Amino acid sequence: MIEFKLPSLGADMDEGKLLEWKVSPGDTVKKGQVVAIVDTSKAAVDVEIWCDGVVQELLVQPGETVPVGTVLATLTAPGEAAGAAPVRPEAMPRRPITPAARKRAKELGVDLDAVAATGPGGAVTIEDVERASDIVSPPEAPPQGKAAEMRKAIAAAMSRSKREIPHYYLSEPVPMRCASAWLAKANEGRPITTRLLMAALQLKAVARALKRFPEMNGFFRDGAFQPAAAAHIGVAISLRQGGLIAPAIHDVGDKSLEQLMRDLTDLVKRARAGSLRSSEMSDPTITVTNLGEQGVAAVYGVIYPPQVALVGFGRISERPWAENGVVTVMPVVTASLAADHRVSDGHRGALFLAELRDLMQQPESL
Amino acid sequence: MEEQELRAVVVATLKSIAPEVDESDLRPDRPLRNQVDLDSMDWLNFLIGLHEKLKVEIPEADYARLVTLGDVLDYLKAKLK
Amino acid sequence: MKMTYREAVRQAMHEALAADPRVFLMGEDVGKYGGTYACSKGFLEAFGPERIRDTPLSELGFVGAGIGAALGGMRPIVEVMTVNFSLLALDQIVNTAAALRHMSGGQFSVPLVVRMATGAGRQLAAQHSHSLENWYAHVPGIKVLAPATIIDARGMLGPALADPDPVVIFEHALLYNLEGELPDDWRCDIATAAVRRAGTDVSLITYGGSLPKALAAAEQLAAESISAEVIDLRVLRPLDTATLAASLRKTHKAVVVDEGWKSGSLAAEVMACIAEQCFFDLDAPVARVCSEEVPIPYAKHMEEAALPQPGKIVAAVRQVLGK
Repeated sequence: MIEFKLPSLGADMDEGKLLEWKVSPGDTVKKGQVVAIVDTSKAAVDVEIWCDGVVQELLVQPGETVPVGTVLATLTAPGEAAGAAPVRPEAMPRRPITPAARKRAKELGVDLDAVAATGPGGAVTIEDVERASDIVSPPEAPPQGKAAEMRKAIAAAMSRSKREIPHYYLSEPVPMRCASAWLAKANEGRPITTRLLMAALQLKAVARALKRFPEMNGFFRDGAFQPAAAAHIGVAISLRQGGLIAPAIHDVGDKSLEQLMRDLTDLVKRARAGSLRSSEMSDPTITVTNLGEQGVAAVYGVIYPPQVALVGFGRISERPWAENGVVTVMPVVTASLAADHRVSDGHRGALFLAELRDLMQQPESL
Repeated sequence: MEEQELRAVVVATLKSIAPEVDESDLRPDRPLRNQVDLDSMDWLNFLIGLHEKLKVEIPEADYARLVTLGDVLDYLKAKLK
Repeated sequence: MKMTYREAVRQAMHEALAADPRVFLMGEDVGKYGGTYACSKGFLEAFGPERIRDTPLSELGFVGAGIGAALGGMRPIVEVMTVNFSLLALDQIVNTAAALRHMSGGQFSVPLVVRMATGAGRQLAAQHSHSLENWYAHVPGIKVLAPATIIDARGMLGPALADPDPVVIFEHALLYNLEGELPDDWRCDIATAAVRRAGTDVSLITYGGSLPKALAAAEQLAAESISAEVIDLRVLRPLDTATLAASLRKTHKAVVVDEGWKSGSLAAEVMACIAEQCFFDLDAPVARVCSEEVPIPYAKHMEEAALPQPGKIVAAVRQVLGK
């Protein structure tokens, strides 16, 4: 028997609303298949199953909002006999709350119904209560609606980031003459539908630089850094109705620029249409943000926990540039790094940015 | 294609990318990307949309000429002749 | 001074024999053979056959004789080869030794020490490998000790002999070869549990042969940034629940590790005490890692699979922490 639980789709998610099941009992599912659509505070997400199996029972109905970790469905593993479905208590099962959490909630005056559970078996733990007492108890009803919810989610994640992560910031002007010329040439012969954007080059360069600086790529969890094997780069995408989302492009280092461009186009489209996949939400190992389009010279970002770094790009603009003893005019972009000082030091961060700058000078190698 | 018709196509394409756009607020003589929050991905998608609807080629080298809504309309008019 | 657990047991007995003429050692193979686990090597030559007595293979008989000697004013140390064999002497220990003070209205006491090996891990199969400490820990009237360190192996015998009532000491067979430092001050009590490693996230509660496994698990957990506190019960009856409660107030989570079978185990008793005394401090269900409910197998891989292991302990902790 396999329990399919509601996954956490980011540090700021503690519950989700099931919108739709894409499978029915008896269906055979393959790892990676989209089996449900779940509404988080940020987007409707296509949730993928992480193993092969046969759907046995759907335990949560569309419309229900449940905490992360709730068993959504049971499956039998391939080859496992579909035994009698376990006896389930009638609707509304009693919510597990540990005795210590109950005691603590009373001390802090926290309403247990409003606490999201993360403990074993979906139980509310002391930590859950203490977290809730930190962030909730608004005196009056907050404005409702999607935008307000997303604002709240961003607030929680960014507050946690600034509370827990000792950020350090570095920046470096990157000459863009080579990259711009290379890009113009590469796009010259291409039909408009396959043209590349500078963003694709930047993403690829970041992924390549990460290979030499693995301490910028991964998660800080439970007091230790867990480096990631591949660069799944979260791309910060602002939404037209307000708010922000940073879903991942997987394995950026292994993809061609053309593939990256296709993925990026598709990701932006789906992010704005609100149809992202769960792995895109939970997998980013680093985030890249580009605010140059909005006209700023540089961006110093806030790391999205549990990630440990964020790379920012500003506007590409022409600046006076001293080169071989002569001042020339050079298109330049300021690349910046916000990194977690628990994991890396400024020295390594500086080397990372220098590597990124150098990679941008060899666009043909990307 | 009549000028009015062309303008309708361009505005519709723009709205497919930026649904919040109010046509009456668009000034034809001001840089379009200042009036509408379009990043380079949006801009590319806008041009792809025009390319698909009007079957015109828009080389990257011409991007610099497409600043205002008026520029875009003039450019397309010339291409469609 | 560096020494083995075996040597610590030997020194403890040697000291007791040398210091008090009422002390004598009795059991199967303790004399000519030097002890099944070589804990009394050289004793026969040093103390003579009157005080180092080889017995027939009759646990009921020689444990009974030990009780008689204790009633008569001696301070016997009776060695039983394994806890499996000690079942033959249960009648003497439970019905006689443990009950006499009560039955005599306090007129008699039985200052007897029974030592026995316990536990699996040496491919001795289902008749020589079991852990039945909880059978004895169930019985009022006796004290039950489980030395798991060099210090306890050296230090527990003295206070056990000085105790006016019967004391049963369990030595896990895998511990005899354990090596460690014996500090100058090795004296210890036979009343309290000990915190062997301090931690904040979860309490690993164990005793005897499972202590090294729990410590190994704690080390692995530390690499995952999980801070486990390891508590060695030391005294299985009466349990030092104050030490357990103090730990639970800090960690709010517990995993009990016990080589006995799960059902009706000593682990079950510890969990019951936690539920009684620490309920409102609990932040997760209490878990236990025990032996599989089968006679301990002979085949090495099967035996290993049947016993608590550091990997199983780590997995149980992760589950309790919801990871």
